[in-house]
Amino acid sequence: MARLELEPTIGELLDRQGVSRRSFFKYCTAMASLLALPPLAARAMAEQLLAARRPSVIYLSFQECTGCLESLTRSFAPTIENLIFNVVSLDYDDTLMAAAGAQAEQAREQAMRANYGKYLLVVDGAVPTGDGGVYHCAAGRTGLDILATCAKGAAAIVCVGTCASFGGLPSADPNPTDARAISTLVPGKPVVNVSGCPPIPEVIAGTLLQYVTSGRVPDLDEHLRPTVFFGNSIHDRCYRRPFYDQGKFAKTFDDAGARNGWCLYELGCKGPTTYNACATVKWNNAVSFPIQSGHPCLGCAEPDFWDHGSFYSPIPSPRWGKAGEVSPAQAGAIAAGAAVAGAAIGVGSVLLGRRRIARRQQEPKSQSDKGNEE
Amino acid sequence: MDLVDFARGPALKVAFVIFFIGVVWRLVNVLLLHHRRNLSEPRRGVAESVFGGLKAMGSRSWPHPEFIKRTITGEALGYSYHIGLFIVILLFAPHIIFFGSFIGVRWPALPNGVVTIFAVITVTLFVAVLFRRLAHPVLRRLSNFDDFFSWFVVALLLVTGLMATAHVGAPYPTILGLHILSFDLLLIWYPFGKLMHAFYIFPTRAVDGYLLTRKGAPS
Repeated sequence: MARLELEPTIGELLDRQGVSRRSFFKYCTAMASLLALPPLAARAMAEQLLAARRPSVIYLSFQECTGCLESLTRSFAPTIENLIFNVVSLDYDDTLMAAAGAQAEQAREQAMRANYGKYLLVVDGAVPTGDGGVYHCAAGRTGLDILATCAKGAAAIVCVGTCASFGGLPSADPNPTDARAISTLVPGKPVVNVSGCPPIPEVIAGTLLQYVTSGRVPDLDEHLRPTVFFGNSIHDRCYRRPFYDQGKFAKTFDDAGARNGWCLYELGCKGPTTYNACATVKWNNAVSFPIQSGHPCLGCAEPDFWDHGSFYSPIPSPRWGKAGEVSPAQAGAIAAGAAVAGAAIGVGSVLLGRRRIARRQQEPKSQSDKGNEE
Repeated sequence: MDLVDFARGPALKVAFVIFFIGVVWRLVNVLLLHHRRNLSEPRRGVAESVFGGLKAMGSRSWPHPEFIKRTITGEALGYSYHIGLFIVILLFAPHIIFFGSFIGVRWPALPNGVVTIFAVITVTLFVAVLFRRLAHPVLRRLSNFDDFFSWFVVALLLVTGLMATAHVGAPYPTILGLHILSFDLLLIWYPFGKLMHAFYIFPTRAVDGYLLTRKGAPS
């Protein structure tokens, strides 16, 4: 608490660095635009940012590939250095920080003590819970233990990447380490999921910035993702959508349809079921995104995307069990088996019916025979 | 497993098996019905009677001139929504992928906008069909649970399909899951309700035509 009060505001920091008012307002306008806020919000954002103190951020990594952090370091607006030096105070990140070992752990503990209840916990990677969490250990402690300790004093938790948000690859079938999403392990804590494998750098940075400027968790969808970035499906905002509507599809990766930039739906594009900002914010300073490069969307921002079958299997393809897409031979065999069973039931029911009719026809006869005898 | 995976996975598999068991069961039941031997003298030969049976499949599918004024509404509605269903079910790109997975063949699709227009028209016709069934004094008395449930199952499929296309009501994956589940429901109900008419209609007309021709009557 005391440390925060001594911290300079973001405005004071920018003044010291000689950042002009004009470039700062340009930056705020760009951010407001990225967050789909009205033009007037840029001014409010600028005022908020100038007066705000940088929140302490503790960045934990569990079962992950560091792709999410690699992505974040390629953020153009705000840039990573602007983000970690001017917008937030990145007090712990075992990949980016210079300190290592006991010194790094001390830095984390010190930051947590000084900002208890106020720091922002950023997590990438799923946490293995099997066998007491022994599949991830750092500094002699399990990931489960580290998460529980750090989550306790956090104001909010931002899960970066699909592994932290939904379990991702570590929790894919058969999930040998019983890896879980962060939101399932921190009951009662406000959680924001910034999914994607990796997430778009501007979306990670934008979410952090939104938290700093507004001081609260943004509006979230049913998967706890900020609606400002995850409100539309990739399909809805895809520049190839008109081809889908016209029924023009690439059938293979090198046919005329693919060369003409037609829709990749038949090649397994998961754009219709994937909610993310790839088609609008794009990657590498808005240069391109996977579909623009000619590859179908993998659906990496959605839960369990590793377990939805082949990346190249179209969405409407039936999938029976773990075998994946249904083949005509498999469907034919099942249909033939069912038809034989149906025929057997049909013949059986007809024979039973005939026996019942024959019995009924015999009954009056035997009754009349009895009458005659009497 | 999410809703889409459940609907296009285990639920679809169960529905698929029930559909084939049910359809074959009912067809076998009809084929093995106890038929009395026809001892009457045939007025026409076998070949002519078979031709009469084939002819009846077409002639019975068209309104009889004598009753056309009384039956035209029902016939027009019936034909229109069946054509609509054909277009929506078999000429929509995602459906072609779906059915193509089972038979290994895909065919050209109509533009989505065209299919959507036909879907809207078909849903409107479905509402008109229901209204007519409820408003018509004779039809109302002839209708039972089977009629209304069969209507509901097909209408549900159309409505969820339109909702998925328009992205209304819920996120697309949820609506898509409901749409595929409603198709699973249709497969399960199909053999046991009046939807089975698709399998019965032409063979029964052919048998009627054959018997009529055999008796010397026009088919």
